[in-house]
Amino acid sequence: MAVTTDRRKLDAHALRADFPIFEQLIHGKPLAYLDSANSSQKPRQVLDAMTAFYETSYANVHRAVHVLGERATAGLEGAREKVRAFVNAPEEREIVFVRNATEALNLVAYAWGGSNLGPGDAVVVTELEHHSNFVPWQYIARRNGAEFLMLPLDDAYEVDLSGLDEIARDHTVKVVATNLVSNSLGTIADLAPLTRWAREQGAIFVCDAAQAAPHMRVDVQALDCDFLAISGHKMCGPSGIGALWGRGSILEAMEPFLLGGHMINSVRYEKTTWGELPHKFEAGTSPIAEAYGMGAAIDYLEAAGIDAIEAHEHELVAYALGRLGEIPGITLYGPPPERRAGVVSFNLADIHPHDVAQILDRSGVAIRAGHHCCQPLMHKLGVAATNRASFYLYTVPEEIDQLVDGLHTVRKVFA
Amino acid sequence: MNEFEQMYREVILDHYKNPRGHGVLEHADAEADGQNPLCGDEVSIYVAFGEDGETIDEVKFSGRGCAISQAATSMLTEMVQGRTATEVASLDKEELLEEIGIPLTPVRLKCAVLGLTTLKIALHKAKGTPLPEGIGDLELN
Repeated sequence: MAVTTDRRKLDAHALRADFPIFEQLIHGKPLAYLDSANSSQKPRQVLDAMTAFYETSYANVHRAVHVLGERATAGLEGAREKVRAFVNAPEEREIVFVRNATEALNLVAYAWGGSNLGPGDAVVVTELEHHSNFVPWQYIARRNGAEFLMLPLDDAYEVDLSGLDEIARDHTVKVVATNLVSNSLGTIADLAPLTRWAREQGAIFVCDAAQAAPHMRVDVQALDCDFLAISGHKMCGPSGIGALWGRGSILEAMEPFLLGGHMINSVRYEKTTWGELPHKFEAGTSPIAEAYGMGAAIDYLEAAGIDAIEAHEHELVAYALGRLGEIPGITLYGPPPERRAGVVSFNLADIHPHDVAQILDRSGVAIRAGHHCCQPLMHKLGVAATNRASFYLYTVPEEIDQLVDGLHTVRKVFA
Repeated sequence: MNEFEQMYREVILDHYKNPRGHGVLEHADAEADGQNPLCGDEVSIYVAFGEDGETIDEVKFSGRGCAISQAATSMLTEMVQGRTATEVASLDKEELLEEIGIPLTPVRLKCAVLGLTTLKIALHKAKGTPLPEGIGDLELN
């Protein structure tokens, strides 16, 4: 693999060769893929690992006596250990494989929230949440008669903590749920004040790290959270696989989420008992090869160096903010480069992002245009949608140049 | 610029920048709001019928969204003027798409028919006729 092996700068031009997606022209032009916060591209190492797994080691896990069943189980459990180490979780059994971060957050909302929330209780989220960490809590809180509260953003689009005392006075706060990195603005949150406050309230702290884990070191013990959700597809792994980390003692006390095969200890007509962790939360056949692929993706990211990836993205964001800032009529949203993962949201005059994105597409540039599953934030920004360019370890400055050229074309078409 | 002109014909940009029938009708005989949750396009449509209570006398729309959604709705207001509510309530979307006259990806197709779908809903609501199935997976108010 063409990567540096220590904390020196990563060589994005060299890494790019690992990604087959770039071996094509889009509308006759080189592909500038600036939509990695939506979903990342996959390196050959991950694709090959999954193919080899299917070709040599595939069978169902945990119940086959034959050698393929053993290999497949070893593959799945090996991936679990990689995820554990990746988020610095104390124990492997605390890692639950799910479809994606959304499913992880639904698991916590339904299985924990469903049995622990009631009248007088409150769930606290922020205005900067992805819908996946907003809608499940809104739904479960209201269904259980609990309050659903949202910490607003201030004028600089930072979470306003000034209302915490009042919330604590009026409610029994049971859940505090927030993201570590905003998928819309790229803001890297300082969660320490909120985790401390959650502890004081006796609340559980749920961290949506779907956008953080691909870009920076995520450590569940340093964060002092109780749950953490990640998605494989945003970090060079396949779609259809994600992971939930939960504090062991809490997971043990929880009711299951999905029920059926594999998650049981014994089933009788009179009563069913639940399996041990993590199996209690993994009903049905797992996405086995996908989990294996997520493990391969973690190997790939670790080889590139998480710190090097983070530094690379800060550089790209600084470069992008500078170049985009030269374009007349542009509005840039979000914090300064050093407080951002590789995300730049913007609007170009009053041109709708869908029109911007469509013209950019013809220029070979892929960005996201829309509300980024953050309608509360869009409402706050006073827009229906934004354009979002997002970067990853394979992103090179030339792609940002291509974006800027494309935006000049957009201006001409809509002049 | 040719490849971009193919996507955004002059007539589209003209309707987008100078929308016909833009505004609100107080005391409309039929009205509805439509949203495309995919991209946040919003359109509200207002219709006034003629004395026969059937002929579309005036159509106005308000909203915000991409060039395709707003231009298509603008074109629509010209297209349905003077036609009967019954006819327009079952208007073939191809008629509008021909008028738009640019190739549309599936995502942009939703933008293009937002106004038409909203108008049909307004007319069905006003006439008390049942909404056809699958009239559009847009969010309705």
